[in-house]
Amino acid sequence: MEWANQLCENRQFGSKMTDSKYFTTTKKGEIFELKAELNSDKKEKKKEAVKKVIASMTVGKDVSALFPDVVNCMQTDNLELKKLVYLYLMNYAKSQPDMAIMAVNTFVKDCEDPNPLIRALAVRTMGCIRVDKITEYLCEPLRKCLKDEDPYVRKTAAVCVAKLHDINAQLVEDQGFLDTLKDLISDSNPMVVANAVAALSEIAESHPNSNLLDLNPQSINKLLTALNECTEWGQIFILDCLANYTPRDDRESQSICERVTPRLSHANSAVVLSAVKVLMKFMEMLPKDLDYYGTLLKKLAPPLVTLLSAEPELQYVALRNINLIVQKRPEILKHEMKVFFVKYNDPIYVKLEKLDIMIRLASQANIAQVLAELKEYATEVDVDFVRKAVRAIGRCAIKVEQSAERCVSTLLDLIQTKVNYVVQEAIVVIKDIFRKYPNKYESVIATLCENLDSLDEPEARAAMIWIVGEYAERIDNADELLESFLEGFHDESTQVQLQLLTAIVKLFLKKPTETQELVQQVLSLATQDSDNPDLRDRGYIYWRLLSTDPVAAKEVVLAEKPLISEETDLIEPTLLEELICHIGTLASVYHKPPSAFVEGSRGVMHRRLPARTGSGESTESPDVGTAAGGSAPEAAPSIIPSQGDLLGDLLNLDIAPSTTTGPPPPTTGMQMGGMDLLGGGLDSLLGGDIGGSPAMGAGFGVAPAVMPASLNAPVGGGLGDLFDLGGGVGMPMGAYIPPKTVWLPAMKAKGLEISGTFARRAGVIQMELILTNKAMSVMTDFAIQFNRNSFGLAPAGPLQVLTPLGPNQTIEVSLPLSTVGPVMKMEPLNNLQVAVKNNIDVFYFSCQYPISMLFVEDGKMERQVFLATWKDIPNDNESQFQIKDCHLNSDAASNKLQGSNIFTIAKRTVEGQDMLYMSIKLSNGIWVLAELRVQAGNPNYTISLKCRAPEVSQCVFQCYEAVLKN
Amino acid sequence: MIHSLFLVNSSGDIFLEKHWKSVVSRSVCDYFFEAQERASEPENVPPVIPTPHHYLISVLRHSIYFVAVIQSEVPPLFVIEFLHRVVDTFQDYFGVCTEAAIKDNVVVVYELLEEMLDNGFPLATESNILKELIKPPTILRTVVNTITGSTNVGEQLPTGQLSVVPWRRTGVKYTNNEAYFDVVEEIDAIIDKSGSTITAEIQGVIDACVKLTGMPDLTLSFMNPRLLDDVSFHPCVRFKRWEAERILSFIPPDGNFRLLSYHVSSQNLHPLRSTSLVAIPVYVKHNITFREGSSQGRFELTLGPKQTMGKGVEAVLVSSQLPRGVLNTNLNPTQGTYTFDPVTKLLSWDVGKINPQKLPSLKGSMSLQAGASKPDENPTINIQFKIQQSALSGLKVNRLDMYGEKYKPFKGIKYMTKAGKFQVRT
Repeated sequence: MEWANQLCENRQFGSKMTDSKYFTTTKKGEIFELKAELNSDKKEKKKEAVKKVIASMTVGKDVSALFPDVVNCMQTDNLELKKLVYLYLMNYAKSQPDMAIMAVNTFVKDCEDPNPLIRALAVRTMGCIRVDKITEYLCEPLRKCLKDEDPYVRKTAAVCVAKLHDINAQLVEDQGFLDTLKDLISDSNPMVVANAVAALSEIAESHPNSNLLDLNPQSINKLLTALNECTEWGQIFILDCLANYTPRDDRESQSICERVTPRLSHANSAVVLSAVKVLMKFMEMLPKDLDYYGTLLKKLAPPLVTLLSAEPELQYVALRNINLIVQKRPEILKHEMKVFFVKYNDPIYVKLEKLDIMIRLASQANIAQVLAELKEYATEVDVDFVRKAVRAIGRCAIKVEQSAERCVSTLLDLIQTKVNYVVQEAIVVIKDIFRKYPNKYESVIATLCENLDSLDEPEARAAMIWIVGEYAERIDNADELLESFLEGFHDESTQVQLQLLTAIVKLFLKKPTETQELVQQVLSLATQDSDNPDLRDRGYIYWRLLSTDPVAAKEVVLAEKPLISEETDLIEPTLLEELICHIGTLASVYHKPPSAFVEGSRGVMHRRLPARTGSGESTESPDVGTAAGGSAPEAAPSIIPSQGDLLGDLLNLDIAPSTTTGPPPPTTGMQMGGMDLLGGGLDSLLGGDIGGSPAMGAGFGVAPAVMPASLNAPVGGGLGDLFDLGGGVGMPMGAYIPPKTVWLPAMKAKGLEISGTFARRAGVIQMELILTNKAMSVMTDFAIQFNRNSFGLAPAGPLQVLTPLGPNQTIEVSLPLSTVGPVMKMEPLNNLQVAVKNNIDVFYFSCQYPISMLFVEDGKMERQVFLATWKDIPNDNESQFQIKDCHLNSDAASNKLQGSNIFTIAKRTVEGQDMLYMSIKLSNGIWVLAELRVQAGNPNYTISLKCRAPEVSQCVFQCYEAVLKN
Repeated sequence: MIHSLFLVNSSGDIFLEKHWKSVVSRSVCDYFFEAQERASEPENVPPVIPTPHHYLISVLRHSIYFVAVIQSEVPPLFVIEFLHRVVDTFQDYFGVCTEAAIKDNVVVVYELLEEMLDNGFPLATESNILKELIKPPTILRTVVNTITGSTNVGEQLPTGQLSVVPWRRTGVKYTNNEAYFDVVEEIDAIIDKSGSTITAEIQGVIDACVKLTGMPDLTLSFMNPRLLDDVSFHPCVRFKRWEAERILSFIPPDGNFRLLSYHVSSQNLHPLRSTSLVAIPVYVKHNITFREGSSQGRFELTLGPKQTMGKGVEAVLVSSQLPRGVLNTNLNPTQGTYTFDPVTKLLSWDVGKINPQKLPSLKGSMSLQAGASKPDENPTINIQFKIQQSALSGLKVNRLDMYGEKYKPFKGIKYMTKAGKFQVRT
């Protein structure tokens, strides 16, 4: 309404002062009118028209129909008009890709403009146009702008790489922009450095395993220098990037801390918090007796306190982080309790957070103050806050033993207020206090019992019932009290029902004579009239227990309970460590691991605090820490037992006593098979992956893209073969599969022999295994796991061994593999360390897979691209090999290679020598280009391989040899 | 990084949207509206709201919610700080930051947002750089532009954008060279029923208005720099020099800026006497009582000056949220005017100046709902006041010197103390 009034006012004054005039027309012919104005000869009119268009766009009106007319206004010297048209383009190019092409020329021209402002503007805008066709044209101007003489253009171009990566990641990698971006980290201008870091960080987020931000002491030094000179936002990017670095020793750690501490005095709270993160992480490496360690601790308190005087939204984020810091290092803020006292007009979300931290900081020294505050809060208006305050009093009692008595009396005072929800919360926490300090405060039970009628919340009712049951011997009318609850038994919530059942059983065990009737009543209510399985089962257990052995029942039901722990709801240490490494992020606000936040990311690296090391000895960064381990037994993570295991064990347990009914192994086997079938079925549903029986396994490799997952399960084998056939028409020969070799001899694995090979079938990598049981006993519960490896190979499903493997039995299994597992470079590159577990033990072995398995089906490169890429890869990366004694002609060789996804792109014959140009793409996106020279009559081939990652060449060569000779 | 921005007014309408990456549908704001509905007060909307694919980070300023949409892990403080910068820029450009002002200048707003963020990365957020890129609208310029057809977009690359002193443009010229500094301290305190201080702390700032020709290099020193052990500086301040000599040395931005902000807590004010607290400038005597079974309550309030260092306490405003059971009040102020809103139950008393000889008081009765029980909660009294020419912490500027330029500037320093969140519990 206000808006409308404003409009009227503007009209009245006939004012043309404001932009609101652009909103005035909403009539039918608006678009038509604008069109006419846009095509006007008068510059001024054009500009006004574009402004109107923009104004409509901002409020969400669709003005895309004007696209050609607006684009026509682009070629202008008027910077404002140009900017406006750019704004429009960014918004609508996506919906009008063909039209957007019209703008390309102007962009390219603008990228050459003498004015750096225009160059930057052009490259910036082009990056925002998310149209594939345009991005192709963007590469050249972007390459120039990344090397522009003007830093303003360079820093804009750095961001543009991130934009482009978002649209077409492959293009960015192929064009080598990532390397240019890495070079910009050493740029002379701090702003360029900051933007390059920001862009790389963003790109790295979608490539969790890449080493885009490989930091070393030199680059750290550059970052620290830039940190002092760049803008506040740049400082945030740089600090966040620094936080990922792991210093080599405590000296380096200290020197980084020293250079970061001035950031604690920055006016921008995000800079402060990022600096706190770096310091919290790096101080972990400092020896605690170091003077500097103490100084650093002292320096951390004031900036954290200052964050609390900022706007409430900032306070909230700060408080969530302080909550973590206080759990990790309580000493930092132990004297600052008062800043967390709640002001009555704080927003509720700030109040609740402050309360949480107050309890964490509560100690014997400040408990009096804290309690006085909490009591004050308990009389406030906001119900949620009051409840939490009352609970807080209980938590204080549990945490600080000396205060327990005072807390209890405070709670009793609060119960006297008779405010319903206060009373209920108080009773819930008093129950916990009883558990922590048994036989101390039971005198208050009488007061509690007075409030029995006012309790209407399940938790409070359950707590009260627990108290009555637990202290039945001290409460004269305990049976009456419990009986009163029993009347409406079926209307109670489960929590209350269960509690009531237990309480009455306790009562019976304590006062058996008077309460027999009551206990029978509750048992029959629980077992006969209830359809809640938990309740029924518990009822039956009690019933059986009471009827068979009352003494044992007493021992079980009235057993001494362990005391409850000091501090409740602490974050578990590993998560806390990870969160400390992510201070200032969303993860730290939600107190959840960061992997829960990045959408669609797989395998986000888990960060750990660095371990303290003395100077001199060096540490690997934690992420590659296991690489140092070397041999498989140390490096392999422990095998996670499959779900079937536990069930199997349980079943075994059940069946063991009744051996008379038959030999146990087959029985368990069958039952387990049932279980596993279920599991397998579920797996395949969830993962869209194959979990069929091993018998089907062989012909079973079907890429999900080719065949819908639903077809996979029952008829998969046959169909798969059909598809295989269909796919095979163009390729006379299938992929090369090396013969099976023994990987794990029986003598090394307590009788289990494993031999196997790798294959690629219709796009799916398979590990084909033969398991032979050469021992005397039955083997069950097979599971498999891989160590991290060069190409991220990992089992795509569980190892499908459905039946137990009897002595001298052999089973063939095929295990589909994925390439999305964790990556670690191995030596040799194609080495794979495997752990296999069965009911006997865990065994380790390593094997080497032919790299051809990783050659993907879309590895055929365009000729043009091939040429350009071949030229682009430096000659140093080229390696030459000889393949001897090969008697195929070039066409046969080409055919054979194609079966293994090595594609011939072109063939040239020069002086009787055939030159075959081939391309290969690995599953991780690495391209390998090859030139194969075959001379008629000469059995020796020469092959040249070119790749940006030359270390794969040797493996690729081995594949050539293997494929051609088999 | 920051994907999109939505501006939402108090009635829940999106009146502006800006996308820096791909377009995020407005419907994402539905999650925000849900949270808004759940919140009892507008300011209780949680600042971070998760949705299935995005996170919404919002700030509420001038009754407008600035809702930023992010998709990946971004430091929330980064987003909030940026949103504050957006608000400040709008205020700077349009004088006020209201829905009307934003709509009146929608094209400038759009241009500004485009300059401030590129692909979600902050680009230019310093006001002096922005002003060189996009000239703020003034009536005169609008008229001139309309006549001459010139634009309000700068043609030149802003000079500050890449220099070592990005906050200052080159070639600044003034006929009167002046530098003013305002030391403003706000005292936050909670006073309990009996009048003793539970917490008291001072949030201080030094705001500057510097209009000096050329590239002046200033130093500012204090009589008692020891007070400043918890400070946040404008990026222009040379931190090393401060660490070593406790002197502020800087090349100032042109115009208005916040040189530093500081925090003085009760502990570090008087390090020698551990029991002493931040000086509390006013005291309140109060007697607010309800009796069980009576429909009348008594209300008595008297204000007086406490430790004011001889300066007068002005612009005193008392407000209190009375319990819901209070129907109306019948009170007599000895000075000033008071109002009570029977709907919101907000009592506010505009006292004016405190005369130490004749203390202001507000006395009378409150009528309660007949038959209702005695209210559970005790109202808290909120007090605002100002004390001119004094900084409560005792901070004093020693001298201001200028290097690097030849002329003699005009210098001025002003002190003021204000109440921040000053609350008295009853």
